[in-house]
Order: sequence, then C-alpha cells, then structure tokens
Amino acid sequence: MESFASLIGISVSAIFISNFVLSRFLGLCPFLGVSKKISSAVGMGMAVIFVMVIASGFTWIINRFVLLRFDVEFLRTIVFILVIAALVQLVEMALQKYSPALYEALGIFLPLITTNCAVLGVALINTEINPITGLQFTFFETIVNGTMSGVGFMLALVLMAGLREKLELSNTPEILEGLPISFITAGLMALAFLGFAGLNFFA
Amino acid sequence: MIKDELRRGIIHENPILVLALGLCPSLAVSTSLQNGFGMGMAATFVLACSNVIISSMRRIIPDKVRIPCFIVVIAAFVTMVQLIMKAYLPALDKQLGIFVPLIVVNCIILGRAEAFASKNSISKSLVDGIVIGLGFTFSLCILSIIREILGSNKLLGLKFFPGYEPMTIFILAPGGFFTIAFVMAVVRYLGNRRKGA
Repeated sequence: MESFASLIGISVSAIFISNFVLSRFLGLCPFLGVSKKISSAVGMGMAVIFVMVIASGFTWIINRFVLLRFDVEFLRTIVFILVIAALVQLVEMALQKYSPALYEALGIFLPLITTNCAVLGVALINTEINPITGLQFTFFETIVNGTMSGVGFMLALVLMAGLREKLELSNTPEILEGLPISFITAGLMALAFLGFAGLNFFA
Repeated sequence: MIKDELRRGIIHENPILVLALGLCPSLAVSTSLQNGFGMGMAATFVLACSNVIISSMRRIIPDKVRIPCFIVVIAAFVTMVQLIMKAYLPALDKQLGIFVPLIVVNCIILGRAEAFASKNSISKSLVDGIVIGLGFTFSLCILSIIREILGSNKLLGLKFFPGYEPMTIFILAPGGFFTIAFVMAVVRYLGNRRKGA
C-alpha cells in the first residue's frame, strides 16, 4: 500500500507539479519546434514516452549494476548519452522491421529524440534520491517516473499545439509573431501549472 | 577581424536570442547572474574544446557515424567540467544541478560541431567556439540580470532598489518564459528598426 501511494505521488508530481516542460524547462526545443499542429504533437509525444520508458529502464540497470558496482559514477554522462543514442537507433530499426505503421507515425521524430534533453534528463533524475520516499528509485518506480514524465511532456506539447493553432489565426503585433508570443503563451501555461505546486497530499 | 567575429557571435548569430538554440539551460539557470554566468562559461569551455578536437579529427571521422563521434567528444569535455566544478565550485554545481551534465545535449554545441567545426580549420573552429560561447554567455547574463533584479531585488547577492517588493514569479518558471519573450521581442524590434533605417 505504501508503495502504491508512492507510485501515485510520483505520477502526480511528474505530470503536474514538476512538469518536464513547464516547470523543469526540459525538452523546450521539440516543445516549440513540433507544436504547430496537434497531429504532429501527438506523434512526437508518443515517441518521447516510448523512448523515455525504455531509456529509464536501461539506464537504471546500467547505473545500478555497472556504474555503482565498479565505482565509475563519473562516467555517467558519457555512458547514458551513448546508451540513449544506441537505443533510439535500435528502436528505429526494430519499428521499421516489425511495425511499419507505427514507424510511419513516429519515424521522423525518433532521430530528433537523441538530443532531446528530456530523455537524458529523466535518466539523470532517476539516479537521484526519490523526493517522495526519500530513498533511491526502485526499478518499478523508475519505469513509472519515465512513463509519467513522458505523459507530462505530451500533455504540455498537445495543449501548446492546440493554443498555437488558434494563435495562427489571431492578430499578433509584428514583433511578437512566432517565438515570442509562443513563449508568452508557455509562460501563462506555466503560471497555471504553478498552481499544482500546492498538491502535496502525499508528503 | 576580432571585432567582426565578436559582433557575429554576440549580435548576428546570437545562439539564444536570434537562432533560438539552447533554450532549456538558458531558461532553467538564469535565475541569478552568478548561475547564468557560471553556466555560460562552462558551455563556452566545452564548445571551444570540442570544436578544436572535432575540427582536428574532421578527416578521420567517417561521415556516417559522425554524430555519435561528436557526442562522445562533447560528453568527455562535459565530464571534465563536471569534475572540475565539483572540486572547485561545489556551491555552483549544486545550484546548476542536472543542467551541468545536460550541456551534452545542448543543441548549440552539437550544432556548431556539425555546421562549423567539421568543415573548417582548427584555428577558425577555436575562434568560432569562443565567439559563439560568449554570445551564449552574454544572452544568459542579460536574462539573469533581468530575472534576478525583478524576482529577488538583488544583483550578485547585493540589494538593488531600496523599498521595492520583488516579484517572486520572475525567478520561478513562468518568469523565465516571459523574460525571454520580451527580450526576443526587443531584439527583433531593434533589428527591424535598423533594417528600416
């Protein structure tokens, strides 16, 4: 029961309280780059969730059984980025072979994900102390954290795409067109998400 | 020559404000001038060193695996920065948190490696790395000065305006988005005016 509460705590925290985009500032490049249409935002969001879950699992195993075991934690950055790059490549090849339909949908977004700081970010956050239980993340918690961080990312991305589709039609001052007005929109969304900070009913 | 290069890095090809690259670290660490400057310097070091190494290996690296090679070189320098920072600037290291290792995926650095260092000579790449790094540091400093003054009424830990109630929102997440939006708008306004004149 205790662990169930902690899993819900991790989920709420990852989706709302410390949303990857709007409060941790991770993954801003795809957030602004792929949020022009809802359909592509959904595709990108799915691809990010997919990679984040796999990357969380693998990096947790490598961190626990290789890096900590042999006391080479200082290699964490290099190892994690290589693992993520290799995983993305493998996932891309596997999808192309076994699920062409899914590959069609996610394909163009997959290469972009290697350099998405959200994926490396979640892998690094998983090596820290879990703020909800006060212990190291367990394997299952890592997977949940990866999934839910991805869901939070997708939520922010899809909301933003919906707003930007409407913004296209509105009259914005010339100097605010494009990126500045998107940043202001994102700021207002972040302001709304700040309200979730009061949700600490598991603490 | 140096003046032209500096102008290119800081004004015409400013990585954050004009090209909109490297946004994640720039919004996350610009809560105080100290953090912003520290992050800028760390990224400049990595950018300059990785540009030199990548440019010196540009004939050896096969075209097909160039991106993984670039990433390994960059990650090696980032690890160095991490270790140096942990040893000599532990307070700054704590403040920047996971954004120090995340310099690896900063698109400015990979972008320069791909667009410049892999095609140009070593000395040119070194200059390019330093200049673009300074542009990054410069815009980080602008963002963090605005946010630190408005958000905590301090600059480098000293009180700024007497009797002004700081707007805490500016050092939180939404303030970061608002600040960069307005700074970008001002940069665009100045650019337009110059073109018109």
